[in-house]
Amino acid sequence: MGSFIRALLPSCAVILLGGGVVWSATDGFRAFTEEGARRLNVSENQPAMPLLVLEDMNGDELRLGRDTYTTDKITLVWFIYTTCPTICQIAGSEYARLRDRLAQAGLGDRVRLLSVSFDPLHDRPQEMRGYAETHGADGVIWTVARVRPGDLDLMKRSFGLRVISDEMGGYQHNASIHLIDRYGRLTDIFDTGDVNKVFNAVRTKL
Amino acid sequence: MNPARIVLSLGLLGLCVLFRQTLEADPASHVLVQLPLLAISGGLFVAGLGAGDLRLAEPLANALSLVAVVAILFWMLPRYIDAALVDPAVEAAKFISIPLLAGGSFAFGWAKSHPFLRGFLKANAISMLGVLAFLYIHAPVRICNSYLVADQERLGFAFLMTAIGLAIAWAIPLFAPPPKESLLS
Repeated sequence: MGSFIRALLPSCAVILLGGGVVWSATDGFRAFTEEGARRLNVSENQPAMPLLVLEDMNGDELRLGRDTYTTDKITLVWFIYTTCPTICQIAGSEYARLRDRLAQAGLGDRVRLLSVSFDPLHDRPQEMRGYAETHGADGVIWTVARVRPGDLDLMKRSFGLRVISDEMGGYQHNASIHLIDRYGRLTDIFDTGDVNKVFNAVRTKL
Repeated sequence: MNPARIVLSLGLLGLCVLFRQTLEADPASHVLVQLPLLAISGGLFVAGLGAGDLRLAEPLANALSLVAVVAILFWMLPRYIDAALVDPAVEAAKFISIPLLAGGSFAFGWAKSHPFLRGFLKANAISMLGVLAFLYIHAPVRICNSYLVADQERLGFAFLMTAIGLAIAWAIPLFAPPPKESLLS
C-alpha cells in the first residue's frame, strides 16, 4: 500500500501543481479566452477610461471617458466602421431597439448611445451621417462619432479593442456593447444581442 | 550524447523563432505546426543528451509525461494563443516552456511511463482534439481575437484531421506483429 502511494505521489503532485497553474492562468477557470479575460477584468476592476475627444457626425467635439463634462450621463459605446457589411448591419437594429426602450422608460436624457468608428481615415462626418441615416441614429440619444487617428491606439488599449483586417478590405473586431458609468469607468461589457441586460444595467446604475 | 540531434533541435528552435510571423499568421500553422515543432525541438535536445538511456523509475516517468500534458493543455488555451501574439513576454515564455516542459519532459518520461497511462493519454488526446474541432468549427463567436472566423473554422477542421491521423497512427500497430520500441508507442 505504501509503495503504491509512493508510486502515485509524483503524478499527483504534477496534477495538483498543473491544475493550480491552469486555474490561476484562467482566473479560476473563468476566462479561457482573451475576450473572457477582458470582460472579467472590466467587471471586477471597473477601470477608469482616459479622456478621449471624438468627432461626431456633425463635426462637433464629443468627449468620452474621465471628464467632468460627461459625469451626468451613462454612455453606451460600441465600435464600428461604416463600410462593415455583416455584423454591424445586424447589430444596428439591436441598437435602435435599445434606444427605443431607453426612450420609452424616460431615460433618454440620462443615457447616450455612441457608435464609434475605429476607421477615422475612411469614416468622415459624411460617411458617418450616411451610416446614422441607414440605422436610424438621429443624433439625439444615439449618435455616430470617430476617434482621432492619434488617439486610436489609446482607445484600443483602454477598451481592449482588437481590430484585425479580413481578406476583403474590411475588419473583424470585438462585437460588444461597453457601458461607461457616470464617473467615466468602464463597468460592463455585453454581447450585442443582450438588449435586456444592457437596459437593466443602465437602470440600476443611474 | 548525439551532437547531430542537438544541432537539429537548435535548428528547429531557430526556424520557429525566425519564421514566427509567417507561422503565426494563420492559427492552424501556429497551433499545429509551430507549437509541435517547438516540442519536437525540445524532445530532440533531450534525446541528443542521451536521456533515452537514463534509468528512470516509472513513477517519475509518469509524472514527467503529465508535466508535458499540462504544458500542452496550457498552450492550447485560446487566451494564451492570443497573448503570445501581442505580449513579447508571453511569446518568450512560449518559446522556452514548450521545448522544455512539453517536448523535454515527454522525451524523458513517455517511453518509461506506465502503459495504462500512455493509453489513457492517447485516448484523451484523440477525444480532446475532437471536442476542440467541434468547438472551433461551430463556435458562434471568435475564440481568438487575433484570428478571423474563417481561420478559426479551418483550425477546427485541422484539429479533426489531426485526431483522425493520430487515431489511425495509434491503431495500426494493433494489427501488426508486435513492434519494437517505436517513436509513437
